[in-house]
Amino acid sequence: MSSNNKTSASGGLGNKFKNMTDTNLLLTITIVVFLLMYIGAVVFLGSGFRKPQTFFNILNAQAALIILSCGMSLVMITKGIDISVGGVTALVCMCCAVYLDFHNGNVFMAVVIALAIGLAFGVVQGFLIAYLEIQPFIVTLAGMFFARGMTTIVNTDPFNVQNEAFVALKGTRIVIPGMGSVNKLGNYVNAYIEIGVIVALVVVAVLFVVLKWTKLGRQFYAVGGNAQSAMMLGINVKRTKFLAHLLCGLLAGIGGFVYFMHVGSGSPSHAVGAEMNAIASSIIGGTMLTGGVGNIFGTFVGVLSLSTIQNIVSSAGLDDAWWTGITIAAMLCLFLIVQSVVISRKKK
Amino acid sequence: MGTKELMKPKNGNNFTKLFRNQIFIPLAALLLLALFNLIADPSFFKITLGYNNMGNPVLSGFLVTILDSGSEVAILAIGMTLVTAATGGQDISVGAAVAIAGSVLLRVLCGHDTRPETLQVPIIVGFLVCCVVAMLFGVFNGVLVAYFKIQPMVATLILYTAGRSIAAWINNNELPIVNEPSFGYFGGFIPGIPIPTPFFIAIICMIVIGLVLKFTNLRLYTQAVGINENSSRLNGLNPQIIKVLSFVILGLCVAVVGLIKTSRVSSINYSVIAKDIEMDAILAVALGGNALGGGKFNMTASIIGAYVIQFLTQTLFKFNVKSTALPAYKAVVVIVLVVISAPVVREWFSATMKKLKTKEAA
Amino acid sequence: MGNESALLEMRNIHKSFPGVRALQGVDFTLRAGEVHALMGENGAGKSTLIKVLTGVSGYVKDEGTISLEGKAASIRSPQDAQKVGISTVYQEITLCPNLSVAENMYIGRTQSVYQNWKKMNADTEKILRSLEIPATATQQLESCSIAVQQMIAIARAVDMDCKVLILDEPTSSLDEQEVAKLFKLMRDLKKRGVGIIFVTHFLDQVYEICDRITVMRDGKLVGEYEIKDLPRVKLVSAMLGKELDDMADIQSEQKAYERKKDMVPVFEAEGLVSDAGIKPFNFHIDKGEVNGFTGLLGSGRSESVRAIFGADRVLGGKVKKDGKEIKISKPIDAMRNGIAYLPEDRKIDGIVGDLSVRDNLILAQQVLKGFFKPFSKAEANKFADEYIKLLSIKTASADTPIKSLSGGNQQKVILARWLLTHPDYLILDEPTRGIDVGTKVDIQKLVLKLASEGMSVTFISSEMDEMLRTCSRLIVMRDRKVVGELSGDELNQTTIMNTIAGGDR
Repeated sequence: MSSNNKTSASGGLGNKFKNMTDTNLLLTITIVVFLLMYIGAVVFLGSGFRKPQTFFNILNAQAALIILSCGMSLVMITKGIDISVGGVTALVCMCCAVYLDFHNGNVFMAVVIALAIGLAFGVVQGFLIAYLEIQPFIVTLAGMFFARGMTTIVNTDPFNVQNEAFVALKGTRIVIPGMGSVNKLGNYVNAYIEIGVIVALVVVAVLFVVLKWTKLGRQFYAVGGNAQSAMMLGINVKRTKFLAHLLCGLLAGIGGFVYFMHVGSGSPSHAVGAEMNAIASSIIGGTMLTGGVGNIFGTFVGVLSLSTIQNIVSSAGLDDAWWTGITIAAMLCLFLIVQSVVISRKKK
Repeated sequence: MGTKELMKPKNGNNFTKLFRNQIFIPLAALLLLALFNLIADPSFFKITLGYNNMGNPVLSGFLVTILDSGSEVAILAIGMTLVTAATGGQDISVGAAVAIAGSVLLRVLCGHDTRPETLQVPIIVGFLVCCVVAMLFGVFNGVLVAYFKIQPMVATLILYTAGRSIAAWINNNELPIVNEPSFGYFGGFIPGIPIPTPFFIAIICMIVIGLVLKFTNLRLYTQAVGINENSSRLNGLNPQIIKVLSFVILGLCVAVVGLIKTSRVSSINYSVIAKDIEMDAILAVALGGNALGGGKFNMTASIIGAYVIQFLTQTLFKFNVKSTALPAYKAVVVIVLVVISAPVVREWFSATMKKLKTKEAA
Repeated sequence: MGNESALLEMRNIHKSFPGVRALQGVDFTLRAGEVHALMGENGAGKSTLIKVLTGVSGYVKDEGTISLEGKAASIRSPQDAQKVGISTVYQEITLCPNLSVAENMYIGRTQSVYQNWKKMNADTEKILRSLEIPATATQQLESCSIAVQQMIAIARAVDMDCKVLILDEPTSSLDEQEVAKLFKLMRDLKKRGVGIIFVTHFLDQVYEICDRITVMRDGKLVGEYEIKDLPRVKLVSAMLGKELDDMADIQSEQKAYERKKDMVPVFEAEGLVSDAGIKPFNFHIDKGEVNGFTGLLGSGRSESVRAIFGADRVLGGKVKKDGKEIKISKPIDAMRNGIAYLPEDRKIDGIVGDLSVRDNLILAQQVLKGFFKPFSKAEANKFADEYIKLLSIKTASADTPIKSLSGGNQQKVILARWLLTHPDYLILDEPTRGIDVGTKVDIQKLVLKLASEGMSVTFISSEMDEMLRTCSRLIVMRDRKVVGELSGDELNQTTIMNTIAGGDR
């Protein structure tokens, strides 16, 4: 990415802008919007946003969403979509919770269960989409309903997990030195992040590398950009699509477990609407629904933007739940239209 | 058509024609379900006449419930069929849109007071306002799809996300309650008539759409745009307007369902009202044998499909499946349906059939 | 197979699609180190032959053999073709617009898991510089002009160390300098022993660069010629399917159309131009006149009539109907003014596949009549029966979906659709392509009959004798420009071919 900008550095700012790839252009917009928003929040809303922990809390709360959104971006880059991630998250939570508490299981096996569920969804959905050529939306919509239904079949009622090993894991806090703040009582409180955040950051880093520096990663972009051309250039389009959906399912499994670690309970109402937030984050992060354009780092920033907006909405005194939905939808609408305009302009 | 079929001499021909007819799929499903219930537990078909707490005669039983709640899906299926045919995609925001429509209706009826003694305006005025609002949201979806060329399911995702919030916002997150008893007729029973009103409303909607299809070119235009947009443009049609129109008609259907839904409880619950109804409506269209990729459509088949889904739901209820677990079963039905109708699968199937035949011949 | 220096041999290739025999026993031989032109009009089967050779899915040959350097080659996918050393640059650019130039050069070629950007970009820069392509390796492909994209596609093909290079109309978007660059590159490759198959419609280019020519027509091989044995006019006549000597004296059956001085044209256009890349042109047609646009494929004849009908976005120009100025910005405007247009591509622009013959037939008239005034079933049936009989359309019933009819009958339904609107001015773009001889004659007769009844008709066909038989005036196009107008005595094969061919040969 950096090399891209260096080569055209001599051409001045305007030229630089022109020569940008769509991916980088949208990423830049996203980052600028996020920074403006966060700085705006610090300046105008003050207190809370100045503490580093506020930022870390956003990370703690959104670690799972970051992972889900990464998977979503992946399939969106190949021109697909996956609505099932929220449902899979809920199913993973419930299955792990039931396994840990009712069957007295160990945490390691719970992780395996989470991954297996995610992988199973990924494989089946990927097969239906890539090889049977059924619309991704219909397949994954059914996947979502299946996962939601299965969650209540596994166990109807929500409950908190009591398993000791798990509770210990859940409560683990990784202290960030030097970023703490003084609380109301005058005590110094260390800044911390949860384990899930580490997982999320690793996922972001790994996927970033995969998409940028591996053959497979570039094939995702090629297939999303123009499947017909990709085939002519010698790429196995079906397998690439299948892998994208498979990875997305697997990431939903990982994200599900991270969500589980954050909330520590199983419930059918977990992660309701997470798929929509993931799609919104991806779009705000500069991933195009039309395929071929997107960036994992942008998606990461997209999630942060989304939750910052939510924080701003609640800090600004609009503490009603519905404002969140409306602001997200408005942002989504705006970015969708921007993308549509960008595309139609480019075509001319 | 019917007369033509009768004129044919051979009986076998009639049967193959029926078999090929699109209505055959939902009808067969309906018959299969009925047969299953008949064998498993005939009490499924029991209908009893009783009196509700207002002293009106009412029929009850699984079949009555099917007519009652199936009607909501049937009404939405009308609009969803048109959207599917014209755009080759589906509107996933109908549940959220029903919440908005219901909220607008209550807002207009109750005014600023959340529990007025008398209604601020006649019900019909409230309903008309709610129709206009629902149609405007239809225009919003339609414009995103037709002019900005966003895939229908993604475009309607916006309203899906925001809809229930908007619905709550319209009434300041308060829950207005209508005291007027006649408001309850739409979702319940009209005094003296033991059959649930939603069924009559559905019948009216069917007659209206039937007349519209007969006396306008809606069917021809929608199908032409859905099958070949290029060609329809060269034949003087404006594909964009046709697409928006289909969303507007769906908006009308949404308004009607909003009326029924709010009438049932004389109030509204923003997060629960019409939840997941979009899935049922899409399923009805698919079950009716209509291609989800757009093009030709059969309205009757979609409507029957809607009642079949309700039949399935009630059957599952009868066997003590919890309402929260329902989606899992329905999802399996959807997947089976789309897999069967996938062109790749069909091609593969016909290819294997051919191979088998040649093998037999050899 | 005797020929020792044959690099690629295709023998007796057959390929059928439902209802069409696209290739019928075609032979093709390519020698190492030659540029071999593959010529033919639209529908001749050039593209099908190339797709068969490169293993595009759905184009597996029904019959025949392909051998490369004397060994039988089985090519089932584009990947296979790349592996055995056949590189292709297709007519439509088959690169990914969202990737960088360098990625487009190398994607789908490396085996390694890791993507080495530095090396890839450096290598690409080297190639771009050596071929003088004005692009940078890191630029997004989409931001390059179409011509540059085409050059990049060629660079990719060349860089793959191919033995056979197929260029399928690569020059249609290149300007003279770019073409010169391409030709320099082709000469270099020739020296290295690469065999190049060159498909183009530009005759000048054929004579500049090619060694031999293979001509195809209607899915069959016409012949293989050394370039020096085949002068321009002969080439055109081979492509169009008539021996020049036989044809020189066929005269237009229709009497030379005499224009009265004070006559107001039915339709008149001045400086009309659309966004489809044609030069502005003037045009007029009188009542009862049949005229035609002629020129080779890609000369802009279809784009011209599309501009008249408003099928492409009209960018400028004045149009008049019966002397009154009108505005046509979309097809319905043209239809309301009594203009009808039968499009060139029946499948994409003509039929509404899943709808019945009846619905397809009444569609245009129905749209003209209005949304709230549908034809009754009886009326629709009456129209359908009338036109099915009139044009002797072979269909099981009016309820049959049009897509299950044969090409010729589909075309008749579309023709009936427009006749039903009773237009003053009918535009027929390749109405006879891909349909049987009997139907062709029917349509020609019909056109003349309609004209004698006072309808004005513009007729486009790739077949010269058809044009001669029907038209009293021909507008000749070359390179998206009107280059001449022929009528009266000028309407003979020789003059037309010379005008089409241009140049001095």
